[in-house]
Amino acid sequence: MNKHLKMDAPQKRVLDETAQGTLGRPLDRPEGPLKVSGRAAYSAEYQLPNMATGVLVRATITHGRMTSLNDEAVRGMPGILGVFTGERFLRNPAQGGAGKAPVQGASEVAYLGQPVALVVAETFEQARHAAQQLRPTFAGEPADTHPEHAAQVDRPDKKQLDQGDVDGAMQAAAASVDVVYTTPPHSSAPMEPHASVAEWQGDRLILRGSYQMLKYNKKELADAIGVAPENVRILSPYVGGGFGSKLGIAPEAVSAALAARELGRPVRVVMSRQQVFEGTMRRSETRQRLRLAVDADGVLTALEHDARVSNLPGESFSEPVQQATHFLYRGENRRHENEIARVHRTCAGSVRAPGEAVGMLALEAAMDELAEAAGIDPIELRKRNIPDTHPENGIPYSARSLAECLDEGARRFGWGQRDLRPGQRREGEWLIGIGVAAAARPNILSDSRARVTLREDATALVETDMTDIGTGTYSVLSQLAAEMLGLPVESVEVRLGDTDLPPAAGSGGSWGASSSGSSVFLACRGIRETLARRIGCGAEALTLQDGVATGGNRRETLRDLLAEGSIEVEGHIEPGETAKEVSQASYGAHFVEVAVSAVTGEVRVRRMLGVFAAGRILNEKTARSQCHGGMIWGIGSALTEEIAHDPRDGHIVNRDLAEYHIPVNMDVPDLDVTFLEERDDHASPIQSKGIGELGISGAGAAVINAIYNACGVRVRDYPATPDKIIAQLAE
Amino acid sequence: MQTTLKINGESWTLDVDPRTSLLDALRHHLDLTGTKKGCDHGQCGACTIILNGRRINSCLTLAVMHDGDEITTIEGLGEPGRLNPMQEAFVRHDGYQCGYCTPGQIMSATGMLDEVSQGWPSHVSASLEGDVPLSREEVAERMSGNLCRCSAYPGIVRAIRETAGEVSE
Ligand code: FES
Ligand code: FES
Repeated sequence: MNKHLKMDAPQKRVLDETAQGTLGRPLDRPEGPLKVSGRAAYSAEYQLPNMATGVLVRATITHGRMTSLNDEAVRGMPGILGVFTGERFLRNPAQGGAGKAPVQGASEVAYLGQPVALVVAETFEQARHAAQQLRPTFAGEPADTHPEHAAQVDRPDKKQLDQGDVDGAMQAAAASVDVVYTTPPHSSAPMEPHASVAEWQGDRLILRGSYQMLKYNKKELADAIGVAPENVRILSPYVGGGFGSKLGIAPEAVSAALAARELGRPVRVVMSRQQVFEGTMRRSETRQRLRLAVDADGVLTALEHDARVSNLPGESFSEPVQQATHFLYRGENRRHENEIARVHRTCAGSVRAPGEAVGMLALEAAMDELAEAAGIDPIELRKRNIPDTHPENGIPYSARSLAECLDEGARRFGWGQRDLRPGQRREGEWLIGIGVAAAARPNILSDSRARVTLREDATALVETDMTDIGTGTYSVLSQLAAEMLGLPVESVEVRLGDTDLPPAAGSGGSWGASSSGSSVFLACRGIRETLARRIGCGAEALTLQDGVATGGNRRETLRDLLAEGSIEVEGHIEPGETAKEVSQASYGAHFVEVAVSAVTGEVRVRRMLGVFAAGRILNEKTARSQCHGGMIWGIGSALTEEIAHDPRDGHIVNRDLAEYHIPVNMDVPDLDVTFLEERDDHASPIQSKGIGELGISGAGAAVINAIYNACGVRVRDYPATPDKIIAQLAE
Repeated sequence: MQTTLKINGESWTLDVDPRTSLLDALRHHLDLTGTKKGCDHGQCGACTIILNGRRINSCLTLAVMHDGDEITTIEGLGEPGRLNPMQEAFVRHDGYQCGYCTPGQIMSATGMLDEVSQGWPSHVSASLEGDVPLSREEVAERMSGNLCRCSAYPGIVRAIRETAGEVSE
């Protein structure tokens, strides 16, 4: 049986009426014991009989051709089984949701660090040594590597907006700001490096790979190696973090699959940390100009947000810098100019919250500057500029709790005690300040399917190719099924990460929980209908709790009702009209207290609060952890994270975890996260919205704003490293 | 080269390439894949194990250097159904998300608590001598060699402090 819903209209809040009471509760993750005991197996950890190991080799030029593999010497080294290259090798990973192979061909080099060959040996040590000895020859061509000096700059029509008269509004403004912010490139840097184990069973490839969106990855991999998608199966039950870098099939998977086919034995390829930096995706650097104008009432009359980003020639992805700017604030005169510089640097793609993560670093800091220019409290300024309808297309908003988040945060954080003038609080060497920023991230529902089986023993099995990359999918799907079927959560088993199971939305764009959750919800609704028929009542009249069904004056255990057979339903959710009729987003507010050293310019985050509203919360514990993650990424982007490209050849200089500084434990205070009760009936039949990227959106700007409040230094060139602060402090 | 390692109370003799790191010996040769590889360069802590009573990064040392040494890996602490208190606290406090850095965090925390009980000061300790009160800051400082990109740090700190008896639930 199938249960399908296209989200064309707001849906009833069925989950507010179910009886089990498990949904939303802060339950421990069901897979937790496996993870904390080292028993959860990640991709590289499958030890297959007769498995060989491959190590990738990179291009040492920026742009040009590989003229020879030059592999004679290496082929004779101990244990070497083969050296592979060719026209099917990937230049870079597929962009998220591509569903087909990205640019292929190892002979054409587009960036320094591009994987061009794979050395396969009996053991890792042999393969690594040979890979280090392999010296392919290259013929270099000139290459632009700096986005500010690139010869080719694209300005696609569909990425420009010009509405009303921004220049006129700027001139007529009661107060205005015109500022340029820059953000450096970022790396996802998941702790598990990209890894694939490829095994051919006859004509069929089984790939154990670390991936986020399997239904697309299967097609991308099939396309890349030239087989039918049915002949590819991907298994990813555990993924050691992704953050966008594992959205699309990557070079290690394709090279492992090709080598395994050629050698007739399984091949494992794990990227080194350096290869993850160079050969997967980076977030583009941005240069953003913001021009904001308000009238005498503090209402925005102009909002211009322009950006220059970069990517490799031919890549369609460009960082969608204004994604939140489109709908967050008023301003009838609006302009977005977007430029994409074509450079020979590591491919740019999605990194956690593409768009908001950097767009809001600039927008929310500029709003802080505007508040000061207009003499209005930053929270008040934001609240006055919450639009009635979408400022670009006039559609209404679905559930939106931005004002409530700001108010609740202000109350909890003690915003009232803040001195608007910077540099007023000092504790010895430390200058103390607090800052605020809004959070916003559009909500997306994505096509997703899941099969739920209610078995004769009154346990349920949920099956989908959805992934759990740390996001809590195992938790929320088991809680949803338990809630809908009236089962203790322990009676629900969730199987994920296998492309032989019904295809899901995958983990990306914060749509995973709502989309796959909706498919599980629909399947369970189908099961409830069958149970209602068996007990003899309408589906509406059925109550399920703790394995007991009540309806139409009858009370039966689920076991008895299931004696005539288990029930299996596939649920299928599809986005529909509500995606176009209303503007849907999750919202929040960040509050940060920092201490800035007057001696060194060092910044310490002392307190941080996030108040969020994202519709129904499915598991408060995992949702909170997602917010922690986002907020800490915000700290990283504000203070430490920065890819440095060599100006001569564009290569990533700091391609390891010692030089690319993600936040460590000591960089992070004990965070406070609060969720506001909300239901979004337009978002999905389970009334939930995305949360995985909400926490980073705006977070770094709140840090920057707090730094300004602490010491009067406005850093517009992220990250706010001590050198930038001390230089201005001294003035 | 023949090397004998005592791992989680059991003796293993293996014949490994002298270039094999202790981490790869565990992961590739002994199927003890609970110990993770995040960087292979001593920069992330995912590979932390206890060697002769002290926490080390197993990627930074070669297997053949440890003939006869005593090693504890995450597999030796507990298993599902029989988790040790630290592992249970990590589950309860959601001191992880993807779980990849987690074995390293737990091994590092185990070694760290032992250092504290021996009175080792840290960069943030008020005094170089005497007992070390296990404040939030002490834990965060001492655990900063273990990166977590999922950024489960708040839960990690709570789990460790609770296990150490510094705070109760
Ligand atoms: S793998 Fe050893 S420290 Fe990163
Ligand atoms: S739990 Fe994912 S890196 Fe720590």
